Amino acid sequence: MGVLSAIGNTPEDNHASLISEKAGISRITKIDTIHKNEIMVGEIKATNAELKQQLGLSLDLPFSRTALLGAVAAAQAIKSAHVQDINDCRTGLISGTTVGGMDKSEQYYYDYFQNDRHWGHINGLHAGDSTQKIAAYLGLEESLVTTISTACSSAANAIMLGTRMIKSGLLDRVIVGGSDCLCKFTINGFKTLMILSDTHNTPFDENRKGLNLGEAAAYLVLESEEIVKRRNKDVLAYVKGYGNANDAFHQTASSDDGDGAVLAMEKALKVAGLNKNDIDYINAHGTATPNNDLSEGRALLRIFGKNVPVFSSTKAFTGHTLAAAGGIEAVYSVLALQHNVIYPNLNFETPMKEFDLIPQTQLKEKKLRTVLSNSFGFGGNCSTLIFSKEA
Amino acid sequence: MKPIYINSIGSVSAQKTYNNREFLTDVVSYFDTEIRVIDPDYKQFIPPAAARRMAKGIKMSTVSSQIAMTEAGLENVDAIIVGTGLGCIGDSEKFVSAIIDNNEQFLTPTRFIQSSHNTVAGQIALGIGCKGHNFTFVHSSISFESALMDSKMMLENNEAENILVGGVDELVSHHIDTHKLIGHIKKEPVATKDLLQSGTKGMIMGEGASFFVLSNKKLPSCYAELVAISTYNTLSKESLIAKVKSFLEESKTLPETIDLVILGNNGDIEFDHYYDTLRNDLFKDTPQAYYKHLCGEFDTASGFAFWLANKILKTQTVPEAVQLNQKSKPTTGTVLLYNQYRGENHSLTLLRRC
Repeated sequence: MGVLSAIGNTPEDNHASLISEKAGISRITKIDTIHKNEIMVGEIKATNAELKQQLGLSLDLPFSRTALLGAVAAAQAIKSAHVQDINDCRTGLISGTTVGGMDKSEQYYYDYFQNDRHWGHINGLHAGDSTQKIAAYLGLEESLVTTISTACSSAANAIMLGTRMIKSGLLDRVIVGGSDCLCKFTINGFKTLMILSDTHNTPFDENRKGLNLGEAAAYLVLESEEIVKRRNKDVLAYVKGYGNANDAFHQTASSDDGDGAVLAMEKALKVAGLNKNDIDYINAHGTATPNNDLSEGRALLRIFGKNVPVFSSTKAFTGHTLAAAGGIEAVYSVLALQHNVIYPNLNFETPMKEFDLIPQTQLKEKKLRTVLSNSFGFGGNCSTLIFSKEA
Repeated sequence: MKPIYINSIGSVSAQKTYNNREFLTDVVSYFDTEIRVIDPDYKQFIPPAAARRMAKGIKMSTVSSQIAMTEAGLENVDAIIVGTGLGCIGDSEKFVSAIIDNNEQFLTPTRFIQSSHNTVAGQIALGIGCKGHNFTFVHSSISFESALMDSKMMLENNEAENILVGGVDELVSHHIDTHKLIGHIKKEPVATKDLLQSGTKGMIMGEGASFFVLSNKKLPSCYAELVAISTYNTLSKESLIAKVKSFLEESKTLPETIDLVILGNNGDIEFDHYYDTLRNDLFKDTPQAYYKHLCGEFDTASGFAFWLANKILKTQTVPEAVQLNQKSKPTTGTVLLYNQYRGENHSLTLLRRC
């Protein structure tokens, strides 16, 4: 696993922040936006120049921040999986992103016509460019390399696709996850939708004011049983279940009853061959928008009834990292399994009036076998992943 | 492996492809650096009030997906999987320029919402009430192939019975202007019939939407069988032939038995030599076809090629306009498609008559 977020540069750093309630939400420093005093974000501290240095890339190479963050996290994942030669078996890379190279495109939108200094970024706008660069950085050749963009469920869907490809025998190993950087495009986009909070986001709270945007990249290395056996490798966790469904309700809003979310969770439980009572912890999507938390909460009640498992949203730590969210939360789910802890849902004070769901607000130690993680996005896209300790 | 059938097709392109009863009977030629789709009568498919708010990519996709759904006789599907290199890029451009021009003020959400790459897949799901698996792939010239691959896997694993799969991209001004600056789009207009003799760098950019219903059950409307598909992020010219051979071998197919190879030549003198490798060697005695002089080059132009292959297999006609050499065969049973863009993101797709 590899992860880069507002609360740390490695899985261990992220875990340390999560257990010590250290949120990464602050005022924005790297983008000069007129909204800087009205919003809070989950920003990664490293500058692009520092990231390039870390990657050993020349400073003038035209990498978007999405590609840089992604390359750092993916390289970390490869290293932690002890992969010596990435081309030694059928390896793929599936990445999720929504903004791709938009950070550079919006910066040089008119400059391109004034001078040729930044022309290297012109072809970096399309979403596949960041993935292509990450693959090249990892040295992956003649392989399946593709990009999924299903808004805020992108990385979750990348993990799902990778899992299915290994199961189907199409790949032996696959690097899956996502990367998204902050940019004016998403800041202003979410601003027009009026779902940005002007203060720290408060998932599942009655008085929640919306989300904080964040940036992150996270990748996991999935390997087939055969590779694991042959190389005698340690397995961190298993992707036990997965499900994607469409709410088919509205382009940006979730249905009141969370139809899509219910279907996604049902599918994932079925694939996993698990009973709803087998779920020990839910890492909720919990963006802290009025719409999401109500819809997701209702979906949880529809699936689990009176016995909703312990749940929390980690968005108060990282902000909503869009395409990367399903990736970092997959890493958090695996960390939770490894450490047998449930991460706290920060900033919760008042239960929502529609139901009596109360997230886990304090760090809780609990023997965990299975963690369910939700990711929902625009276009009615709903995804659920289930991670387990046992195969 | 279970056979996967292409049961219906629908296409909006720079040719009159929106009528499935016809097949390139009246080929339209262009003299330009970019070519746009021939608009179908959108009113027949979309209420005018709704159409006004729709991005062009959504409109084209709505029409071609409806044509495919109607031909397959289906009102709903189990999954919708879309490939698009740039999504509704026109809305993204308008939103970015509005951010800059108005200094981040007076913005409205519509452009931003439609900028989500999965808008097309989401809108189709909303339109037909499809609550199934809904994926969008956005990886340059293999966006559509990624969608095909996911569909094939779902059908083989019985995760779905009928899948609507498509590719769509729209042509917009800032993208054209910037890509002319860096020479990816030709600077001088070329007559589309002379595309391969242009002798210049870059391509003629196009747009379009192609949708198909794939199924693990054969319907009377069936066009072809999807046998195999594979994509490669990199591939050197030197290893191309070996890769094609091993790809075919996995489907127990010999190169000599291929009845038609459809190549993605786009008239860019810097990269068309990839196709020459196959044209002059492995497939020198095989009938060859090309298509980007008809639809232009764009990330999901290979969706048009897939449409073409299906049409050829069903009608058993190779239109003169797409023939790339003098070879022909009495019947076309197996078709291989090969595409790449600027030396990256290569794909091989194998189709068989059903």
